[in-house]
Amino acid sequence: MSGLTLNSVRKDFGSFTAVNDVQLAVPQGTFVCMLGPSGCGKTTLLRMIAGLDLPTSGEILLDGEDITAVPTHKRNLGMVFQSLALFPHLSVGENIAYPLRIRGAPREEQRRRVDELLAMIHLPGYADRPVAKLSGGQRQRVAIARALTRSPKLFLLDEPLSALDAKLREAMQVELRQLQQQLGITTIVVTHDQREAMTMADTVVVMNQGQIRQAASPMEIYRRPADTFVADFIGSTNLIDMYTDSAGRAVALDQAIPGLSAPGGGKAVISVRPEDVHLTAPGSDGTITGTVTFVRDLGGTIETFIDCAGQQIIAVSTPRSRPEVTVGQPVGVLLDPGVCVVLDR
Amino acid sequence: MRRETPQRLTDYAPIAFPAIMLTVFFVIPFGTMISVSFFQRQQGGFYTPAFVFSNYERFLSLFFANVLGFSLMLAVLVAICCVVLGVPFTYLLTRLTRRAQIIWMVVLLSVLSLSEVIIGFAWSTLFSRTAGITNLLVVLGLMEKAVALSPGFPAVLTAMVYQALPYTILVLYPALIRLDPTLTEAARTLGASPLRAFFTVVVPALRTTIMATLIMVFIFALGSYLLPQILGRPQHWTLSVLITDQAIYQSNMPFAAAMAVFLVLVTLAMVALTLFAGRKREAAT
Amino acid sequence: MSHFLRRIYFALVGLFLAAPLIVVAGVSINAKQTLAFPPQGFSLAWYVEIFADTGWRNALFASLMLALLSAALAVAIALPLAWFLWRRIAPWANIFQLLGIAPFTLPPVITALGLLTFWAATGFYGHPWTAVVSHAIFFVTLPLVTLSLGFSAIERSLVEAAATMGADDRTIFRTVVLPLITPYLVSGYAFAFVLSLNEYIVAYMTVGFTMETLPIKIFNALRYGYTPTMASVTVLFVILAAVIYSLIARYGDLLKLLGANPEEKP
Repeated sequence: MSGLTLNSVRKDFGSFTAVNDVQLAVPQGTFVCMLGPSGCGKTTLLRMIAGLDLPTSGEILLDGEDITAVPTHKRNLGMVFQSLALFPHLSVGENIAYPLRIRGAPREEQRRRVDELLAMIHLPGYADRPVAKLSGGQRQRVAIARALTRSPKLFLLDEPLSALDAKLREAMQVELRQLQQQLGITTIVVTHDQREAMTMADTVVVMNQGQIRQAASPMEIYRRPADTFVADFIGSTNLIDMYTDSAGRAVALDQAIPGLSAPGGGKAVISVRPEDVHLTAPGSDGTITGTVTFVRDLGGTIETFIDCAGQQIIAVSTPRSRPEVTVGQPVGVLLDPGVCVVLDR
Repeated sequence: MRRETPQRLTDYAPIAFPAIMLTVFFVIPFGTMISVSFFQRQQGGFYTPAFVFSNYERFLSLFFANVLGFSLMLAVLVAICCVVLGVPFTYLLTRLTRRAQIIWMVVLLSVLSLSEVIIGFAWSTLFSRTAGITNLLVVLGLMEKAVALSPGFPAVLTAMVYQALPYTILVLYPALIRLDPTLTEAARTLGASPLRAFFTVVVPALRTTIMATLIMVFIFALGSYLLPQILGRPQHWTLSVLITDQAIYQSNMPFAAAMAVFLVLVTLAMVALTLFAGRKREAAT
Repeated sequence: MSHFLRRIYFALVGLFLAAPLIVVAGVSINAKQTLAFPPQGFSLAWYVEIFADTGWRNALFASLMLALLSAALAVAIALPLAWFLWRRIAPWANIFQLLGIAPFTLPPVITALGLLTFWAATGFYGHPWTAVVSHAIFFVTLPLVTLSLGFSAIERSLVEAAATMGADDRTIFRTVVLPLITPYLVSGYAFAFVLSLNEYIVAYMTVGFTMETLPIKIFNALRYGYTPTMASVTVLFVILAAVIYSLIARYGDLLKLLGANPEEKP
């Protein structure tokens, strides 16, 4: 198969298992974001793909070829480090030309490629500048260009945008995605920023405690999270306890919710996105009645905090789609079974 | 790059040369010195292999006890003088601009680099009757006529403090430059005067450093081999001077070696004490 | 007020450090061959003497050769050792780091005497090259310390980045590690050079009877009385040391070498 395949990859540091039996196939040309809290093993996984760490067990295949034991410098890849790792003793041009220079490529070829890449990252004419004189965003681009100098099969980025301020980061996310589509290169980005993952990725891989919890498209991950961790980690959600009563009905917040059923007829958790929680007048048909405890008016959206049978529910609505409510007032909460995801507790 | 254990034989290659050099020219000479300390001295400056303790037995004399006692006392005194002078100086130095710090460091390093011969010569000149500091006092009308200030104990002590002070400052510098400046600032906002802040905040925070520095300067001063000879009288000779004297002028290598072994043991005991004190303090905090 | 006190304190320490050197500089320009201060008359003859007199010139030459070669050998020992300790996980190798630091930490008489017995036992006693080896071992601490500092300052991600771009170990050393370590290498060399130039006891115990370095020459002259050339040589040495350390400060980060954190002060 063309692309990257991870087979039962595991990494132990002493008694600590950083990556636990990871299975993943990344088709050629895909943009993958590995997402998870810090310490979830995503960076270790990336370093193993790069050959900077060796797996304790398992295998890594690139285009069907086993590269598990191939040293880093013999794998055809480009990597952007969190610290960027630009060589301080070299100029911008020399940094970008580095992979060609160490191969003994002719000077002319080096210069042509540097100019090409500088044009691609919108920094033409920067070749002779010292790296230290660049701004954060410029250094970022140079690190990206340098990783792409030898048109690698695999493009790896470890928290590449974490040092940039919020505005620049969002612009770079778009730029990076466009660049990847233009080059059609298999790309893996490690990030802890879910917006970043949602913006760029074809496939988001959510990791926790060394394991992949879900690997799917951003929309799939958001709409159909595989478990409570993914549901809670991606965006915000209401997690509501649910059980099956003696009549076989699914009950949540002291009320039967028609149209839902717990798998195996036991206990479960419902995940509902705040924007899917509809507020109505109290007592309307099929609604649960709760009490408003707090209202956060953000202008464009309004977050309403509701106490329903002792559990807090958050609803996000636009000013027009929501009845006028104030703190202490009862309100009707409508849970549409179509947008509820039932998860194992 | 992974930092990894050496895999193949060639991975060990880089360390071969340093390892051989240090073993052949440091470890083995050290061993030769220890064996010579058990050798039998012959008349005329030669010695023959043997296994005798006579060189060590000579330690059991009043003369040797005096030399040892004086050496330790002098080294302790030098260490105390240097730390008392050096701690406030280094503290103030770290508060200067970078540029001023660099200039001071160049001066300190230059003085530290001076050989004992030159320091001894320079101070003997300064303390001499014909070209000494007393001439200046005569010119200023503070003294009747110039006098020689050396040989004598104050001359030895002054020159040894001169030699060890730059060392003291360089040993203290890393700890003091890393000292959080907000510590004293906090003390100042609580109403402490600069001097009070220094003694109530800086000095206690540096207790371990000061202890370690004292011992390092002590060892440094213990190594001084010429100044007591150039600027002092025979009763001011230290163990290091005696070793040099026995080895070169009396040609008694076995006795010199025995004293050197003894000096190593004293030094190592001091290092062990430093480590022990440091560990104990760490455990206490 | 406290600002004023601080200045006084700095001035006093400065005076203490400078006083003997000022007196020596003073006597070095005396017109006559007498030890007198304040200087009587002015003459640079005693500076000319260093180069004109065969004895002093030979001693100067011997000292320079010794310092140049022994500092080079010290760096040659320290560089692979420091690199190995940085590149490999080998706790046993730390023993060699300890051995590299020991000669400079122990009282110098010990190293000197050890080498004296060693050269005497091996039959090489008195050969000039033994002084080069002895000084290299004695001063290997300095490049070892600066280089260890230099290696620890290299971000590992730089080396990893080079590997991801296709550089093998040897190429990484040549294109990344060596350029980054050079300032530390040069300062380590310079420290060893200056100290070797000034070193007396090890040189004296190893080649004292066959070769005269400048410190040995000064000491021998001191035992037989006074000559103003001693003073001019001293001044020359102080200036040389100050110039070399200023150059390190100019082209490198002297304060960082001495243990300061570069980020802390602008």
